[in-house]
Amino acid sequence: MTAPSTITERVAAALPPSATPLALIDPDGHPVVNPLLTMPPDDVLAELYRLMVIGRRVDAQATALTRQGRLAVYPSAHGQEACQVGTVLALREQDWLFPTYRDTMAVLTREVEPAEALSLLRGEWHCGYDPYERRVAPQCTPLATSTLHAVGVARAAQVKQEDQAALVLLGDGATSEGDTHEALNFAAVWRAPVIFFVQNNGYAISVPLAKQTAAPALAYKGVGYGVRSVLIDGNDAAAVYAAVQSALAHAAAGHGPTLIEALTYRVEAHTNADDAARYRDDAEVQAWLARDPLARLEACLRGRGLLDDAAVARLGAEAEQRATALREAMSGELDVPPADLFEHVYARPTRTLAAERDFLLDELASHRGAEEGGS
Amino acid sequence: MSTTLEHPVPAAPAGGREPAPADGGQSAATGPGTQPVTMAGALNAAMADALAEDPRVLVFGEDVGTLGGVFRVTDGLASRFGEGRVFDTPLAESGIVGTAIGMAMNGLVPVVEMQFDAFAYPAFEQMSSHLAKLRNRTKGRVSLPIVVRIPYGGGIGGVEHHCDASEAYYAHTPGLQVVTPGSPADAYHLLRQSIACPDPVIFLEPKRRYWSKEPVPAAPDAELDQAVIRRPGKDVTLIAYGGMVGTALEAAAAAAGEGWDAEVVDLRSLSPFDDATVADSVRRTGRAVVVHEASGFAGYGAEVAARLTEQCFHFLEAPILRVTGFDVPYPPPSLEQHHLPSVDRILDAVARLQWDDHA
Repeated sequence: MTAPSTITERVAAALPPSATPLALIDPDGHPVVNPLLTMPPDDVLAELYRLMVIGRRVDAQATALTRQGRLAVYPSAHGQEACQVGTVLALREQDWLFPTYRDTMAVLTREVEPAEALSLLRGEWHCGYDPYERRVAPQCTPLATSTLHAVGVARAAQVKQEDQAALVLLGDGATSEGDTHEALNFAAVWRAPVIFFVQNNGYAISVPLAKQTAAPALAYKGVGYGVRSVLIDGNDAAAVYAAVQSALAHAAAGHGPTLIEALTYRVEAHTNADDAARYRDDAEVQAWLARDPLARLEACLRGRGLLDDAAVARLGAEAEQRATALREAMSGELDVPPADLFEHVYARPTRTLAAERDFLLDELASHRGAEEGGS
Repeated sequence: MSTTLEHPVPAAPAGGREPAPADGGQSAATGPGTQPVTMAGALNAAMADALAEDPRVLVFGEDVGTLGGVFRVTDGLASRFGEGRVFDTPLAESGIVGTAIGMAMNGLVPVVEMQFDAFAYPAFEQMSSHLAKLRNRTKGRVSLPIVVRIPYGGGIGGVEHHCDASEAYYAHTPGLQVVTPGSPADAYHLLRQSIACPDPVIFLEPKRRYWSKEPVPAAPDAELDQAVIRRPGKDVTLIAYGGMVGTALEAAAAAAGEGWDAEVVDLRSLSPFDDATVADSVRRTGRAVVVHEASGFAGYGAEVAARLTEQCFHFLEAPILRVTGFDVPYPPPSLEQHHLPSVDRILDAVARLQWDDHA
């Protein structure tokens, strides 16, 4: 496609998002006819469900591990399973995922080893996995800064003429940060193969969406930059998967970025250290539980004859195994070599860092000596 | 953040160096050779040679493509290497550094330009939280071989936000290398070394020296992380970097007339700091003056003085003195000559190094 050359064509390329969120499955599990999204095939629907069941169970296990002191902190994605799983399942092997701290479920769905994925939240190391192994960037904790990294990765793919895209996860709060706007603009100007996937879960820690923005929808923030922008039901895994696939096809065809706003809800507090009762009513939580993404997909699959009680039991057992594996992976004591402090600051330690490393190791040796001498 | 309010190539200060020609003082990029080149030309040649040698190298930033940069340092690169490799970006510094990080993650070697020192501040989060930390965050699995070029410092009559000496912010950030050339000869090699470096390098270009001219030698006289003695001497060590190296050399020449044989050390690399070269010099001379344009309080010179005191205390004949800019926001052009370290101030500092006690 050639670049739109007139205002009229540019407007056509950047239509505002739909007035209501696009969905393929309604909250009761019934299929919705939607000309803009394609219902995934049955095997994909079944796989989405399987991974969401596992995701929710492992997420609950991680929260439990914080209570046992095995994890320092854990921001739960309970309620956001359709987004966490739907995005990752739609990505191809060569694509990059840019997760935030709340997206551990997505990282695990991308098959990063649990012990490595949880290194950050365990307090072991900032990023425990090799980003190149599964093309998963380190979990972003400042938020929004990673949107620019995703655009850069996508731009590099363009420069190298490789068929590769980047999907960056961000939340409603991050859409207020300047980097998000710079990233949308750079991506649009460069027609970079990047997908901005906004999980609008209603809250940035305690601040509700109404205090975050006056935009009619967060998806509108893409329109002004000339970014194709869509609003979807983020608790509909089929819609998430289809929207990401559509965005990947859009990018692969050379048309550039897509912004997807997915409406969802953070069922748990911000983290285990947060008290959500201080800023939201239980009635609101209950209303969203009625729109549960797992129950919806389960009803859909049962309605299509793709799921029965026996299969649900099998999946439950599989999820339990994953939770057990996570528990076991987190059961040992941390053993981080103190010299690691200095190892990776530069490609090779500077003279100053080498001296500081020796100082620390000597100090530790003398402490050990004193303890041994004193016993 | 950049404005178009200022004249893009400020005239040289009255009584100073030759004024900048309309093309920024250079024609075709010329690297090492016998012909004198400007610092701007040497930097241009370094990028051209890196682009020619390594297809992973990209050059981008505000106005660096078609225009060739407001100081013309990237002049001709876009037409020679194509807009796929040398290109203008939207006007957003965090975007420039942030996307450079992503490109480096995906195998490229970006050389980006921040148009002016103070216009780099919107990119500070990307530099301090990501550029500096990604290698460490990923246990060495992700390298970011990125060069961030920043024209810095004053002495050119620039208006507010165009003259900051911002080196201390970067030097205080573990994970960044911070370098600054003092001469055209060094500029070429220091930039080549920076582009070849596997770690991110903040490359500070002293604007006031863009138009100084000299031939570029075929080989560098030091590694990327080493200081160089620009003038040997036995009485006192003048420690300078970037735009102040020339001033320190002038002061050393003047000091000779007053009977002081001053050694001038050009730090080149602000981080890491070359303790060996600098401390060795100070142990020999027993006296030291640190010179920089930036404000003195919590400035880079404080670190230099502290390190040298720790390492050379028993060799010192006098306290280490600093000659720096005042602790004020960078002044308007009408007052900058009062703010910037001068030859006279350096000589005054040398005179205060307790010579009488040991005469």
